[in-house]
Amino acid sequence: MRFFAAVHSEITKLLSTRLWWVLALIMVGYVALCAGGLAAIFGGFGTTGRGPAIPEAQLPLLIFSFATSVGYVFPVLLGALAVTSEFRFQSLTPTFLAQPRRTVVLGGKLLTLFLAGAAYGVIALIASIGAGAAVLGAFGIDPLLGEPDTWAFIGRSVLAMALWAAIGVGLGALVPSQIAAIVIVLAFTQFVEPLLRVGASITDWSAQVGQFLPGSASDALVGASIYTSISPSSVALDWWQGGLVLAAIAVIATVIGFFTSWRRDVS
Amino acid sequence: MPTGVPIEFARLTKSFGNVDAVSDLTLTVEPGQVTGFLGPNGAGKTTTLRMLLGLVQPSSGTATFGGTPYARLASPLATVGASLEAASFHPGRSAHNHLAVYAQAAGLPKTAPAAALEKVGLADYGSRRVGGYSLGMRQRLGLAFALLGDPAVLVLDEPINGLDPEGIKWIRLLLRAMAAEGRTVLISSHLLSEVQQTVDDVIIISHGKLVHRGELSSLDVSDSKQVQVNADDRERLAEVIHAAGYTVSNLRSGILVDNAEAAEIGRLAFDAGIAVTALSQKRTGLEESFLTLVGEEGSL
Ligand SMILES: Nc1ncnc2c1ncn2[C@@H]1O[C@H](COP(=O)(O)OP(=O)(O)OP(=O)(O)O)[C@@H](O)[C@H]1O
Ligand SMILES: [Mg+2]
Repeated sequence: MRFFAAVHSEITKLLSTRLWWVLALIMVGYVALCAGGLAAIFGGFGTTGRGPAIPEAQLPLLIFSFATSVGYVFPVLLGALAVTSEFRFQSLTPTFLAQPRRTVVLGGKLLTLFLAGAAYGVIALIASIGAGAAVLGAFGIDPLLGEPDTWAFIGRSVLAMALWAAIGVGLGALVPSQIAAIVIVLAFTQFVEPLLRVGASITDWSAQVGQFLPGSASDALVGASIYTSISPSSVALDWWQGGLVLAAIAVIATVIGFFTSWRRDVS
Repeated sequence: MPTGVPIEFARLTKSFGNVDAVSDLTLTVEPGQVTGFLGPNGAGKTTTLRMLLGLVQPSSGTATFGGTPYARLASPLATVGASLEAASFHPGRSAHNHLAVYAQAAGLPKTAPAAALEKVGLADYGSRRVGGYSLGMRQRLGLAFALLGDPAVLVLDEPINGLDPEGIKWIRLLLRAMAAEGRTVLISSHLLSEVQQTVDDVIIISHGKLVHRGELSSLDVSDSKQVQVNADDRERLAEVIHAAGYTVSNLRSGILVDNAEAAEIGRLAFDAGIAVTALSQKRTGLEESFLTLVGEEGSL
């Protein structure tokens, strides 16, 4: 009951400012552009016979997976901002007055953002499948929307986005400074991790480690990604292992954040 | 009607590093009256109230509501209403949604936010983003948050700060009415004059220590009385008064006589045939005794 009230409150917090739809709007534009653009390139080259060696049957999922492979930064930001804005605007004071049990508040936030991340997943997939399938269809390629594999992929993608938002919550608790959290999210997802992944795939032993990078784990969970197509690694986690890695990162970061920032004096 | 419970501080202490923000504070705040919690800047008022509300962990000692710490209250917002000095809201959220967020977390009725906005006179501004609110409106919104659960205890940190004269009068009447209903009302301020007409009882702290506790009237130390007097021939007037055994000092607009009654000084002048042009009794004000209590060095 108390936990349900906390989730209810967190959902209202999320929906009562502009952030969620501004981020969702940018995500839709970005994902649709990437999916549509690559569908046009691959579809166009494919029909002229000079395209990269990607079998036509794999092409749809690869293109739809832009929902997560480029879209995942948005649920992370949403989750991180949901926590850091409480510190920034000192709203932890009324939050903890209304619910003094701080574990309940953080748990409620974690679940709420998990659900919001899933919603972002659905929105991002609508964007990538909408734009991707339309362009593929225009080039006469079957987007395979009726295949069970496609729907299993959609389910796993939604789960991945939900877990990314939960990771954002953990990050926000670990790094309560809003500016620092945003910089870390952008630098890590757009620059540091892609480099690490390419670097890790060079030798066998580093590839063993590299598969546990959150982006690699996410791609393993989703089962298709532009990264794995560009630099196919010798090793990859199973989809469920990828999901566990993401969940573990989210939980560990949140628990450490609880002790380092959430439990502190609010003054 | 919720009945107030006493607020009890027992040996409450908080140090930040080597700064003793609050030291060994023991006192009880009774229901049914307005209690002023006074002290200069940095005296430790906010820190004390934050410990009471479970936001800051005491170094030692306890602060409870009739024996129950804030975090263990069955329904905190419906028992204690609090507003703290910091502007604690997301600027992009409307006032109504701001209150709804916390009403939902505390399991209060859906109508609570609108009712609270109505009570503080913000009913027409509920759908506006809080970021555009004036200082006085924010202060009222803070009060609306405190009133959200119709609490039996009110704890307000500097509630009068930023209010216009009309707002001050309004909050004064509101707090007095709430105390008259039997609720416990504790308000902090760094200015005695600000709350002088509102409080029944005062607690004064300085440098984290209790320096005075009692009814407001106990501060009115009127044993040192002064008279200010003036005449066209100021020098002769001073001589006459001095000759009668009084200590006099010169002011820009007259003579200040220590330990005197205006009637006595008037008679002296009359007997000497001096026409006084001004004569008034001065009492040491509350504010002065307040300043004496909190120390010559004043704030910080
Ligand atoms: N988080 C903190 N870290 C370090 N010192 C602190 C902290 N919070 C308060 N202090 C110190 O504790 C003392 C009491 O501060 P507090 O804010 O309680 O005073 P106050 O009576 O509310 O003052 P004011 O009238 O200015 O609001 C001050 O010396 C302040 O510098
Ligand atoms: Mg203060």
